[in-house]
This record gives sequence, C-alpha cells and structure tokens, in this order.
Amino acid sequence: MKSNTSDGSSVGAGFLRRRSALADSPKRRMAPSAMSYAFVGPYLLFTIAFGLGPALYALYLGFTKRDGSGFAGFANFTHVMKDFRFVPAVEHVGFFVGIWLVALIILVTFFSLLVHSIGANRVRTSLRTIYYLPGALAGASSVMLWLFLLDPTASPANFLLRAMGMDSFNQVVVPSHMPVIFAIIAFWAGAGGWIVIMYGALNNISQEIMEAARIDGAGPLQLALRIQIPMIRKWITYMVIMSLAAGVQLFVEPQFLSQATQGSIPNDYSLNQLAYQYAFKQNDFHGASAISLLLLIVALSLSAIFVARGGLFDKE
Amino acid sequence: MVLALALTGCSSSTTTSGSASAAPAITADTGKPITVWVDSDRAAASDAYKAAFPNDPVTVETYDGGANGSGTFRTKIQLFDTSGSGWPDVVFSTQNNDAAWASQGSNGKQAYAAVLNSGLIPDATISGFAKGALDPCTVDGKVYCLRNDLAQDVVWYNKTLMDQFGYKVPTTWEEYQALGDKLATEHPGYIIGAQGDPWTPEIYMWSSKCQANGITGATAVTVKTDSTECKRAASLLDDLRANKTVPNVSVFSPEFVTNYTGKVLMMPGPAWYGGALFQNTASVNVPAGQMAIAAPLPWKGEDAVTGDVGGATWFISSHSANPGLAAKFAEFVTTADAYQVDKAPGYPAFSAAATKWLAKQAASNYYATDMSALTTAGGEIWSGWGSGISSQEAIWAKTMTPGITAGKNLVDLLPDWQKAISDQYQVDGYTVN
Repeated sequence: MKSNTSDGSSVGAGFLRRRSALADSPKRRMAPSAMSYAFVGPYLLFTIAFGLGPALYALYLGFTKRDGSGFAGFANFTHVMKDFRFVPAVEHVGFFVGIWLVALIILVTFFSLLVHSIGANRVRTSLRTIYYLPGALAGASSVMLWLFLLDPTASPANFLLRAMGMDSFNQVVVPSHMPVIFAIIAFWAGAGGWIVIMYGALNNISQEIMEAARIDGAGPLQLALRIQIPMIRKWITYMVIMSLAAGVQLFVEPQFLSQATQGSIPNDYSLNQLAYQYAFKQNDFHGASAISLLLLIVALSLSAIFVARGGLFDKE
Repeated sequence: MVLALALTGCSSSTTTSGSASAAPAITADTGKPITVWVDSDRAAASDAYKAAFPNDPVTVETYDGGANGSGTFRTKIQLFDTSGSGWPDVVFSTQNNDAAWASQGSNGKQAYAAVLNSGLIPDATISGFAKGALDPCTVDGKVYCLRNDLAQDVVWYNKTLMDQFGYKVPTTWEEYQALGDKLATEHPGYIIGAQGDPWTPEIYMWSSKCQANGITGATAVTVKTDSTECKRAASLLDDLRANKTVPNVSVFSPEFVTNYTGKVLMMPGPAWYGGALFQNTASVNVPAGQMAIAAPLPWKGEDAVTGDVGGATWFISSHSANPGLAAKFAEFVTTADAYQVDKAPGYPAFSAAATKWLAKQAASNYYATDMSALTTAGGEIWSGWGSGISSQEAIWAKTMTPGITAGKNLVDLLPDWQKAISDQYQVDGYTVN
C-alpha cells in the first residue's frame, strides 16, 4: 500500500487542508451516526462488565475491612506491602518488565526497519509471517513449548544450554535466570505482532519524505534515525504502554513454570500471583484487591509518563 | 423404590461399614444426588463404586486433585464459600494437609469438612485405619478426612546390584552415608537416593526428627531447624550430593530416567515409589526380581522413625444434602476390596485392605524380598512432624532447591529454611514458636 497519506508531512498541503477541514467539520464531530453507537456499544458493555465493574469492586474491597466491618483506610495496602513476599515480587516483575521493554523497543524497531528495507516483496511477506507465527501460540501453550526448549535433556538447542554450563533443568530455571527467560518467552510470543504493526507504520511514511532525504544524501542509517524512527515514535510509545500493562500482570508463565518445576519457581513469583495467593489461598480478597490496585496505579502512572513523553495524543 | 425413598435420608451408609467387599447394591440410594471430585487416577475408585452401586445418584467430576501445590481444592471451596453454594459432596485430594484449612471456617464461614468421627462414619471403620494414618486428618481430636493410602518412607534397594557389588544393606543412616562414599569411588554413576524433589525434607529431615514442622495446635507451629537432628541430615545430603550418589535431580524428570535407569542401587522414599518409579515402564523400569524393600533406617543409637510423602485423603462436605450417601461413597473407596485391593496402586491406609494388598503384591513376584518393611514403616511415622496449612514441599522447593542448585550447602541454608517456614506460617495465620 504505497500512499502519500502522511500524518506529519509538510508535503501534500492540499491533502492536509482537506483532512483538517474534515476534522473540524461540526457535523462530523457533534453528530455521530447511529452506526458508531452500534460499533462502540458492545465494547462499552464488555468494558463495564469485565473491566470497569471489577475495578470498582476491587476499589471497594481494597478499602474495606476483611471482616466486612467498614472502611479500612490503607490497612490492606500496608498489610500486603509488609508481606515478606511483596518486595521480591516487585523486584521480579520490575526486572522482567525492564528487560522486556528495552528488548522490545530496540529489537522490534530494528527488525521492522530491516524487513521494511528488504526489496524483494516475497521475502518481506514471508519474513513478516515468520515473525508473527510464534504469536499464534497463546500464553499457556507457548510456555509448554518453552518447558521443552529449556530442558537440556530434551531441548533441540541443548548445546547452547550446555555451552552455558547448564546440564539439568534445575540449573536452567534458577530464580536469577527467570526475568531473562520470561522476557525471552514474552518477546518471542509478542514481538511478531508488533513488527507487523511497525511495518505498517513505516509504510505510512510518505515516499516523498524518504526521497527528499535520500536526495539530501541520507544513508539507510540516517534515514532510520532521522526520519523513520521519529515518525513512528507514537507507535513505539503505544507498544511500550500496551506491553507495560501486559508485563506488570505477569501470571501465566511463572504459574506454569512453578508447577513444572515443582515449586522451585515459587507460586508467588509475580505480583499477580501474590494477589492470586491472597484471594484463593488465604481467602483474603481485600488484600488481593489492594495488590491489584497498586498494580493499576503503577501501570497508570508509568503509562502517563510514556504518553506525555511519547506525544501519543499530540495533534499533528 | 417408594420404600427405599422412605428409608433414605437418615443413614443408608451403615449397611456397608467395615471392609465390605464389593457386594452388589441391594437397595439403591434414591435420596438427593451427590457430586464427587476425583483426580484422573482415582477415576478407578469412582468406577468401582459405580460398578458396585450402579443405581446410586452419584455424579463424578474430574479435577487435578490439588497435585503439585496447585491448591485447586482449596481455591474452589473458597469460591463456593463466597458464592454460598456449589460445594462438591465428596472430594479426593492428593495432599495430606488439607484438613488444616478444611476443618476451620474462615471469615465466619462454615468449615467445609464434615466431622467424620461423630456418627457419620462408624467407629469400627475409623479404628480400622492403620495406626497414625488419620493423624493428618485429625484436628483437636476430630477426624475430618479418611486416608486413601499411606505414603510412609521405606528404603528401596536393588538386591541384584547389592549382591553384585558385594555390599550389605545399611542398618543406620551413618552406614548409608558410608556406603555412598564407598560407592562413589568404586562404582561412580550409581546412586543411593535423590534430593531434587520438593519432598526431600519429608524423606531425610523428617526421619531424622528435625523439628521443622512441629504442629502444636490448630494454628500453632514450632520451627527449629538449628538442632543436631536437622544438621546431621543436612550434612549427609551435602556429602552425598557432592560425591554424586544422591544427586540434586527430581525422580520425575526426564533426566532421572535418562541418567539413572539401571543405576539406582538404593532409594529411600515413600511407598508409592514402587509403582511410580521401579515397576513403571515410563520411569527407571527395574526388571522383576531385583527390587527389595528394607525398613526405615535409624540414626545410630536411636529408634528408627520415618516420614511420609503425601498419602491422599477423602473429604465429605459439611454442606452435603445427602451426607449418608456421601459417607457411603467415602467409606467404600477407602475400605472396599473392589478398589483398595483390586485397583489401587498405593499402599492402602485401611489395615484390612493393606494386608490383602500386600498379599496381592507378593503374589506378583515382582519384589525380591517380602514386603513386611512397608507394614513396619507404617507404624514408625514420627509424629513430631505435623500437617500444617503451609506446604513444606513448596517452601523447600522455593528456598532450598535453588540454593543447592547454586552450589550452596544445606547446612548453611538451614537458617534460611527456618525463616522461610516461619514467614509462610505467619502469613497463613499461625503462631510460630
């Protein structure tokens, strides 16, 4: 799809005028059609039922006493934060999210630029499909696959594991390796989708700008650094925010590995697992709600920073 | 049918007390239907019941049995507690510490487990279980579950290999350690145990009377891991891990099967190791006539005691609309020959069934010696290690296994272990001494 429908370009002024005329048209803005309600309706309904509703319930639980005797203030929050498992869980999730996000930003951008720069259409399409394939394996099943990959006695890549001095599964899945392993699993499963999205964003950069830059003598590196990356910055920010929200909720991977390692990856490894322990092992839904609210606050404030810095909602 | 209907509701279970063999049902229970939860292995138990009483309204559902610390049983019950309905009438659990929570109502809710020894299950049945078998089910003198099988630790050994190497079966833990040292130099590659499983402390620490899990009340525990008893077992494991005769490997890992098939000289471990490891084509699969069983080892100058790795349990719901039928079912699956003798893979907790089960095993001629050691061990389980709410296996796996994997010594990790146990019990609402 070669088009010159660029968002931030200074060329195609006529188009821009047309576009802003459309956006400013009061009719368009003020009177959404019935169809738009029909599109938004189901989303809204499910968001309220499965997103907003539970979140409000968590808010209620988080600030009420365990025995149901009224307002608890911050008691539930201080209680969970004093739990000996809380700080390790924060560290685990923090390390994992840190490693994963940095890897996502650098590698996804790199691979998208790489695929985008390949001339042959067939190679490009097949590469994109290959990147995307692991994403087709949903959370739990991809962990199952990794259980084999990480076991030196069963893995097709066991020479790599052995080269790193790991001869048994127990040696591979020690707690200090886990943030990296979870980051690799998450990257492997999710990066392909983002590469496809970034590729689309790169396609959206107008050919005129690219041509102009080339005429000015920009090589591929300068093109990438000065034109392409700045122009897909919003998409990178979007990826970081979505991944951050998913990453702090780390649950399926450690939960599975915990069972597969007979518990040497603890079942309270991540914050979400700890919340799960509170709710379903200790029968303390109030403590569990407190943890999820803390997660929400952290994810929201970090997202706010990224939104502000990444200019996600800036008007062009 | 009308007559039967009139009779049910009170107690249809009393007619099938004791070690009733699988006589076909004379009167079907036509009261309210019950729901039973079993794991996939125990579907054989519910199948046996259905074969014996085809007309009873019993619905069987399969779940994971709470295995590997999944905690499904407790999780689901707490959800039913919150919603106020939906409890299954009878539940099989692979864990033996569920009575710790199921006997206690939490957040003002009624406790899930029904008390069994105040009329629901006949006293004759209760007293028919092996000595100490119902200890994990008993809280403050009340029995909350029936034991499916016993998991007492014994010493498994390969008699053929022992004879070939010219070794004698050790009679104390000190001799066991010495044998390990000797084996490491004379026949490297062979093993006399494994320490990569979460139940390692329930084999080595428990039998050394290490007070890591001293349950002293419904919510009280004494933890003391700096004793001589704990240190000697830890140092034995450290020594034998270093010389690779008791490696840090799980007996259920592919690695164990690959590296140690034909190389297991000895293996202290629970009664179910026989069927799970040695007589199992998916594991080390030792040919018939080689494996033998010795009684638990004492430390020098002490009496032999042993530990216990699991030993599943059956619970009856205190919410059941038809407790009579629920009790009948629970009694059948724990005592009747049709399951415990004919089908069950593990050593039955019910004594009469155990005797017949042993006779059946002996008749198969798989083992090189008689199996009396299992009975001996059944009576030697040290009562100083309790069945508290916190999983000792989960704590060990989380604290000690990564430590020894990273090259540390168990002796040095004992304080960490102490702290981890205390922390976990406190989080679970226990008073820790």
